[in-house]
Amino acid sequence: MTYAPTAPPAELRPRARFRDVAAAEWIKTRSLRSTPIAYATTAFAVLAFNLGTAYDSVSHWSARNAADTAAFIGDGIPLQHAYNGNAALVLMLALGALGAFTIVGEYATGTIRTTFAAVPARSSVLGAKAAVLALVSTVFGLLLALASFYGTQAILGTKGAGIGLGDPGALRIVLASALLAPVSALAGLALGALIRHTATTMIAVVTVLLMLPIVLTDGRYLSALLGHALPYQAWLRLAEPHYVSPQFGWTQSGAWTVYAVWALVSAAVAVVSVRRRDQ
Amino acid sequence: MIEVKGITKRYGSTTAVRDLTFTVRPGRVTGFLGPNGSGKSTTLRMILGLHAPTSGTVTVDGRSFGGLPRGLRHVGALLDAHDVHGGRSARAQLMALARSNRIPAGRVDEVLAEVGLTAVAGRRIGGYSLGMKQRLGIAAALLGDPPVLLFDEPLNGLDPEGVRWVRELFRRLADEGRTVFVSSHLMSEMEHTADDLIVIGRGELIAAQSLAEFAARGTRRHVTVRTPRPDALVDLLTAAGASVTSYGERLEVTGLDAPDVARVALDHRILLHHLSTENASLERAFMELTADSAQYVGADLPSADLPSAGLPSADLVPADVSPADLTSGDPR
Repeated sequence: MTYAPTAPPAELRPRARFRDVAAAEWIKTRSLRSTPIAYATTAFAVLAFNLGTAYDSVSHWSARNAADTAAFIGDGIPLQHAYNGNAALVLMLALGALGAFTIVGEYATGTIRTTFAAVPARSSVLGAKAAVLALVSTVFGLLLALASFYGTQAILGTKGAGIGLGDPGALRIVLASALLAPVSALAGLALGALIRHTATTMIAVVTVLLMLPIVLTDGRYLSALLGHALPYQAWLRLAEPHYVSPQFGWTQSGAWTVYAVWALVSAAVAVVSVRRRDQ
Repeated sequence: MIEVKGITKRYGSTTAVRDLTFTVRPGRVTGFLGPNGSGKSTTLRMILGLHAPTSGTVTVDGRSFGGLPRGLRHVGALLDAHDVHGGRSARAQLMALARSNRIPAGRVDEVLAEVGLTAVAGRRIGGYSLGMKQRLGIAAALLGDPPVLLFDEPLNGLDPEGVRWVRELFRRLADEGRTVFVSSHLMSEMEHTADDLIVIGRGELIAAQSLAEFAARGTRRHVTVRTPRPDALVDLLTAAGASVTSYGERLEVTGLDAPDVARVALDHRILLHHLSTENASLERAFMELTADSAQYVGADLPSADLPSAGLPSADLVPADVSPADLTSGDPR
């Protein structure tokens, strides 16, 4: 044996680029039929809650004159209709699950070993997953929030009570609702990367994203503090047209910060979680 | 070239692999044999950096594989044909792998053609048979045209034609100078495939040598005798220094050759119906070597004619070969 091939020397090998791993993750996302079905089902549920509530309001219309309608708008009710709490909870649950499945799906099927044998730099894989997930869910969340906003305002508009995106608070609610999608998806990804088992991860997603913010109320300082650190309460704060500060109140910028911290910490947890552990 | 140096892997209190040392050389097909649960898959995962050894080092072409940014151009691996998402098509699966390593998309069609999956490449993998999944796994391993290839039980689920194809493929890859490392729990699968063998049992090295050397070890002779008076003959042969295993009227004798057995029988006027010298098969050599390291052994059936993996090894290992001789690594 005189000829023994080795891997091509470093200068002939194409340099490893993060964007190739991200493109691979995009191919994986795109090539599963379940992905568009899950997003479409979520969109249907969110729109049903938002448009349904707006329709209900219009079909039981009680404003008799222009002053009543002005009060309806002045109280911020069109803003509340633009995206309601039920829709936000459904969005969080669905996106949390979708985010988790991008990683627990690989553990459940064993694909993760194929993935990591191809890309031994495991953190790059998780970083790519986080990037693709954040991008897809942000676009999805934004389209859904805009559809909800314009849809609900068109329904309210039949009674002359619709508002535009330029009205005070409108853009804030649309953005807060849009960004709730990537925040939830990244939180699901982080929990999935830590837990790696499908059922346990789903329980954790429901607990962290839905149960905790409902249990932790504003009545006591510690409970309020912990509650304000959660994405759903941050969304509630941003979606509130006229915030009346309770005993332990907080600011809009505080709520935006909670969004940012959850997104960044979740991505970091996902990236770090695969470093040391056996796969 | 794969160099495994003194690796041990513990999961809690269980030791899956203990102080394993061996080298897998380029240009040869190396079989990696051991009973179920002997630590083969754990070892392959450590080679790929998926599991970290508790102690010891593993290198591929002198480097730790886990430290490489991208893997497909260095090592192609088929760990488990089921390690794919059933919802994807074979082409999508390979496209994602190729893209992650910056391998041109055209290479996907090449490997699909090579493994014969071109016609079904657009179908969901969930509908594939195990044999088709094995072919897909082999295609994935070939994507990066790597110098080192690992296959964990690649022949499972393949039809005879598929087995022949895989053997020819391994031969060709080795002839091209690549390192080909193939695990199996069946000696018969390796007999016509491998040049070298690494045999492990209960996570420890049992043998690391060429197939020819291993076969020579297995060809120690034993003599098969049939007689209507087996009990009397067993006593006489044992007294003459042989070790005898009795299967009713059939006796298997080691330690004496056929003329000696005939002489003993003649001297004591014991009738023989049959007397022959037999060479143990590779399969048998493998089973003998791993007999006391098989983890999951069925209950012994009485008077089975087949050598049972559950038989105490003392009956099977010839007196002139001590267990230490069987271990080419550290005999401990």
